[in-house]
Amino acid sequence: MFGYLITRFAQAIVVVFAMSVIVFVGVYAIGNPIDVMIDPGATQEIRERLIIQYGFDQPLWRQYFTFVSNVAAGDLGTSMVYNIPVTNLVFSRLPATLELVLVSITIAAVIGIPAGIWAGYRPDSLGAKAIMALSVLGFSVPTFWIGMLLIMGFAVNLGWLPSGGRGQVSSFLGINTSLATSSGWSHIILPALNLSLFKMGLMIRLTRAGMVEAMQTDYVKFARAQGLPDRQIVFSHILRNISIPIVTVFGLELGSTLAFAVVTESVFNWPGVGKLIIDSILTLDRPVMVSYLIMVVILFVMINLAVDLIYARLDPRVRLKGGA
Amino acid sequence: MSDTTNAQGTTPHSTPPQGTTPLIPASAPVETRMQRLGNFWADYRRSPVAVISLIVILILLFVSFGAGLVSPQNAYNMAELDWLDAFLRPGTEGSGGYVHILGTDNVGRDMLSAIFYGLRTSFIIGLSAGALALTLGITVGLSAAYFGGRVEALLMRIVDLQLSMPAILLALVLVAVLGQGVPQIIAALVVAQYAYFARTTHGAATVERGKDYIEAARSTPLPATRVLFRHLLPNVMPPLIVVATVQVASAIALEATLSFLGVGLPLTEPSLGSLISNGFKYIHSDRYWLSIYPGLFLMVTVVAINLVGDQVRTVLDPRHSR
Repeated sequence: MFGYLITRFAQAIVVVFAMSVIVFVGVYAIGNPIDVMIDPGATQEIRERLIIQYGFDQPLWRQYFTFVSNVAAGDLGTSMVYNIPVTNLVFSRLPATLELVLVSITIAAVIGIPAGIWAGYRPDSLGAKAIMALSVLGFSVPTFWIGMLLIMGFAVNLGWLPSGGRGQVSSFLGINTSLATSSGWSHIILPALNLSLFKMGLMIRLTRAGMVEAMQTDYVKFARAQGLPDRQIVFSHILRNISIPIVTVFGLELGSTLAFAVVTESVFNWPGVGKLIIDSILTLDRPVMVSYLIMVVILFVMINLAVDLIYARLDPRVRLKGGA
Repeated sequence: MSDTTNAQGTTPHSTPPQGTTPLIPASAPVETRMQRLGNFWADYRRSPVAVISLIVILILLFVSFGAGLVSPQNAYNMAELDWLDAFLRPGTEGSGGYVHILGTDNVGRDMLSAIFYGLRTSFIIGLSAGALALTLGITVGLSAAYFGGRVEALLMRIVDLQLSMPAILLALVLVAVLGQGVPQIIAALVVAQYAYFARTTHGAATVERGKDYIEAARSTPLPATRVLFRHLLPNVMPPLIVVATVQVASAIALEATLSFLGVGLPLTEPSLGSLISNGFKYIHSDRYWLSIYPGLFLMVTVVAINLVGDQVRTVLDPRHSR
């Protein structure tokens, strides 16, 4: 187990390093932010002073080196648009995104898993077919359009819920959250539902596939022969066996939900990091882009690592094969 | 896996026994191919939903690529637009003397025409991105499986890494790097999506390369490219076709999303995404038709392609019972 842990950890570090180089070079190949930042009529002198001030005259490898040593010291640079440190900027926006992701993943799991169990338990029933049709829709219809429909339906026509923004934010244990006020909840419902639909479709398909497969295994037949009630077979025998892939996807999707929050946040004008990255792309705010992307990479690598380790913990075959 | 597909694809309708096939040159394989296509269709049409989806796609392809013929107005020609026609409700007759079935937008553009033209842009982007990603993915996947060793380890490691990142993020970054416009979007989509093809090709090809016919081909002085593309590729094609359908649909959806976010196509060359994005500005007035109708077309297109892909997967699945 220990050897396996070390190997996976070393791999993760190599990946983060490689990705940071790619992201840095990629982002720094984009246009010249100096052109965007200062007005075209500025003198050559001012231009040159700014270029030196931001270090754009240095060779790329040196810029990267400076960047990495700054990051190691906890300094991600200063936003060229907001003129405040990127770290502060991102951390001020992060709670909004995290609570959105959390609520939407919870919605996806709470609705998706039971629906998938039902669809797999009675695959030929009308309800199961309706559930599967819905999952196909949630899967293939673009998120932003569903979000727009939700706004049209619930905010514009019915007027039940607000169409955007975060609502009243209050401080809970030092973290700003909308989940402590009713205004906050009414603001988060639509975006969270929007963001959850894709995951819900995934959750339904995954659970259903696991159920259908498990229903035909010998252990289920044996449990039936013992005369155990179906409820007990499904919830204490099957669910335990199909939980591994569900946990995996749950973990992996946490990261991609964060990424997809970019779309939902733009539609609902939710002031999270997703909105921040779109704005920074549109304004060529390099430090913000690089920091966001590297944070996402680290997050993804950490999630993958955690999932692998949980796997190794749950399934002895993995840790025996993987090293030690 | 593909070996069984092949056997199933050819045998049921009395092809000559395997041993005799090479003795009959030229004409025999053509007949077999036609037969295989016929068998495929016989299986495919068992699902009415899939047949309807296919018809829907064909109609959409016709109205979009024939947009100049079927739409009442050239949506790109500003000279044909009249400001007085702006925001007409669906079903109103405009100054052009015809009824705007789906209404008009903020510059007096007929929505139906705009949707047909926009759909064409979406199709062009989706199809070319899909085709290019397929080519790149096949090349990477086949090379990895064929050369093995370090090349394989390196290539597949990169592919796995890319697969763990969501396509939307990669595409977003690439569009930011490359700028706006049709070729840029296609490039971004290709880089974001080729990994799916590479992984599928690699998976299928690793199974195939252990088989005798590849070993036999490699023992001849044939160049590697010929073994790869003439011998290995046809046998890994079935799963790739399925992935290709799904990826075209997701390329269309992804392009629409990027355009909606404002980093895709400008409104001067509208795709469905930019039309929806434009309509989104009027969402708080009751001008629903500006965003609802292009969205409906987008949804129908994407869902229909996915349903066709689902059925193709079922038919090509070797475990599928006839």
